[in-house]
Amino acid sequence: MLGFAQLFASRLVKAAAILIAIVVMNFFLVHAAPGDPAMVMAGEAGAADEKFVTQLREQFGLDRPLYEQLGTYVGKVVRGDLGFSYRQQRPVWDILAERLPATLVLTLTAFLLALAAGVALGTLAAVAVGTWADSAITVVALLAYATPIYWIGLMLSLLFSIQLGWLPAFGYETIGAGYTGLAHVADVAVHLILPVITLALFYMAGYARLTRASMLEVRGLDFVKTAKAKGLTQSRIVTRHVLRNAILPVITVAGIQAGQLVGGSILIETVFAWPGIGRLAFEAVLQRDYQVLLGIFLVTSIMVILFNILTDILYGLVDPRIQVSQ
Amino acid sequence: MMNSDFWRAFVRNKGAVLGLVILIAIVVLAVFASVFFPGDPWEMATAPFQPPLSEDALLGSDMLGRDIASGIAHGARVSLLIGLTSTAAALAIGVTLGALAGFHGGKVDDAIMRFTELFQTIPNFVLAVVLVAIFTPSLTTIVAAIAIVSWPPLARLSRAEFLSLRSREFVQAAITTGQSNGTIILRQILPNSLSPIIVSASLMVATAILLESSLSFLGLGDPNAMSWGYMIGAARTVIRQAWWMSVFPGLAIVLTVLALNLVGEGLNDALNPKLARSRG
Repeated sequence: MLGFAQLFASRLVKAAAILIAIVVMNFFLVHAAPGDPAMVMAGEAGAADEKFVTQLREQFGLDRPLYEQLGTYVGKVVRGDLGFSYRQQRPVWDILAERLPATLVLTLTAFLLALAAGVALGTLAAVAVGTWADSAITVVALLAYATPIYWIGLMLSLLFSIQLGWLPAFGYETIGAGYTGLAHVADVAVHLILPVITLALFYMAGYARLTRASMLEVRGLDFVKTAKAKGLTQSRIVTRHVLRNAILPVITVAGIQAGQLVGGSILIETVFAWPGIGRLAFEAVLQRDYQVLLGIFLVTSIMVILFNILTDILYGLVDPRIQVSQ
Repeated sequence: MMNSDFWRAFVRNKGAVLGLVILIAIVVLAVFASVFFPGDPWEMATAPFQPPLSEDALLGSDMLGRDIASGIAHGARVSLLIGLTSTAAALAIGVTLGALAGFHGGKVDDAIMRFTELFQTIPNFVLAVVLVAIFTPSLTTIVAAIAIVSWPPLARLSRAEFLSLRSREFVQAAITTGQSNGTIILRQILPNSLSPIIVSASLMVATAILLESSLSFLGLGDPNAMSWGYMIGAARTVIRQAWWMSVFPGLAIVLTVLALNLVGEGLNDALNPKLARSRG
């Protein structure tokens, strides 16, 4: 798999470059925040007398030239030091690390569900092109594109939790139930259903439309005619020949949209009180806790880069052309 | 451009006509909001928690007795205003960068595309939240933040257009006759690449409205401007008792965004065949 390894290595270099650019951008955002950072910190710490501010300025090197401060900042980030939240009196990284698993579970599940269900529905629409199933999928996709995801979340919880009482409306687990082992996993999974479906719906609609269009295009290509002439069955042609090629642009778009999906988790976690980074972002906005907010920006950017690498791997596994160079 | 060919192609798309009708209705509602609903939408108009079809509140009232219908009408102004201005700003950034990249090629193209890629990787909603929170919420910061996170697709699109038109005969002719780069970009290439840019811009207005509503849902709206996202965000905690407070503003967003998307698809149908004809 030399071709794949090379592609992967070049993507890693690119990811590293983007990561450095994001760290630099984060640094300038800290400085762009209104007021002197020392004043902001002093304000957050609840004291603003002259002496304390000067002391803070020296302590954080804010009296140094900008490029020197940038160097210190990058050095700190590399060591995992994302600053200190004076609101919570804890290092930003500790706060983020505590919330990260919940967000990873939510976004990864939603991402994979959106891809799998989107491709399945798109294939169904393409195979049944022109029938009611095709039109229904198109209309649902159009509606899902026009609806704010936080409102879908609210409406789903209004229907499934408040009216029907089938699913929990918010939270990560049943508080005070004290489940362990498999019972705990099942409990979390039940709480995960509504947030994941809400987050996945929008992207699922997009991938369904894209898969449909892409399949209709690939269907007319020469190698599909060859497969038909060889006498292969319809289902084998669809899955092995058409879908495998048609899915490639879908994976590319999924990679590009990973950033939006991660960003969307802010809204979803706010609606469903899911205790992840998105919910933390909402709390940080309410408290104007800029240190935490900028830490979230950095960590979510890294998540997007990881999602992009994941889609690259998926692409490499599916693309028949890359395997030829084996 | 607005000739009969264009209209015939546009009208052939039934969805686009429906979208246009809804959109006109929303624009009328926004423009005449103060006529239909005189008075401040932030003021208490009736008793709190009035259900829909009450005497003085057709769509009900919220926790503070503010009229939901009035909020929706005044919110339409904010949504349309922010949608249009932030798209204009995103166009200015995206088309400028895309034009420069596509026209000059080489190192300039490389540098600009790296920059674009960076902005496409960053989770754009997170960046918008960070920007608005740091620079304090106001109409200006919201518009700027939306523009900053939404220009990359426009840059990519205009780059592709400029790249393909750059090698065409009429551009080569303009270069030979000694026209300056600025003149060629603005007078020769830009008018010929407008169609796809107009289509994406119309779709971007819809995305911008969704973004604005998401920001104000999180409490990052302009504190002086009534908006749909704010109404839903404020009513979220009482959804168990009062569904109408979040349902109606949400429907307003869905209708507006759907209408814009339908019109965008209609524009695509009407403008692109013409483009193909003029190219072929």
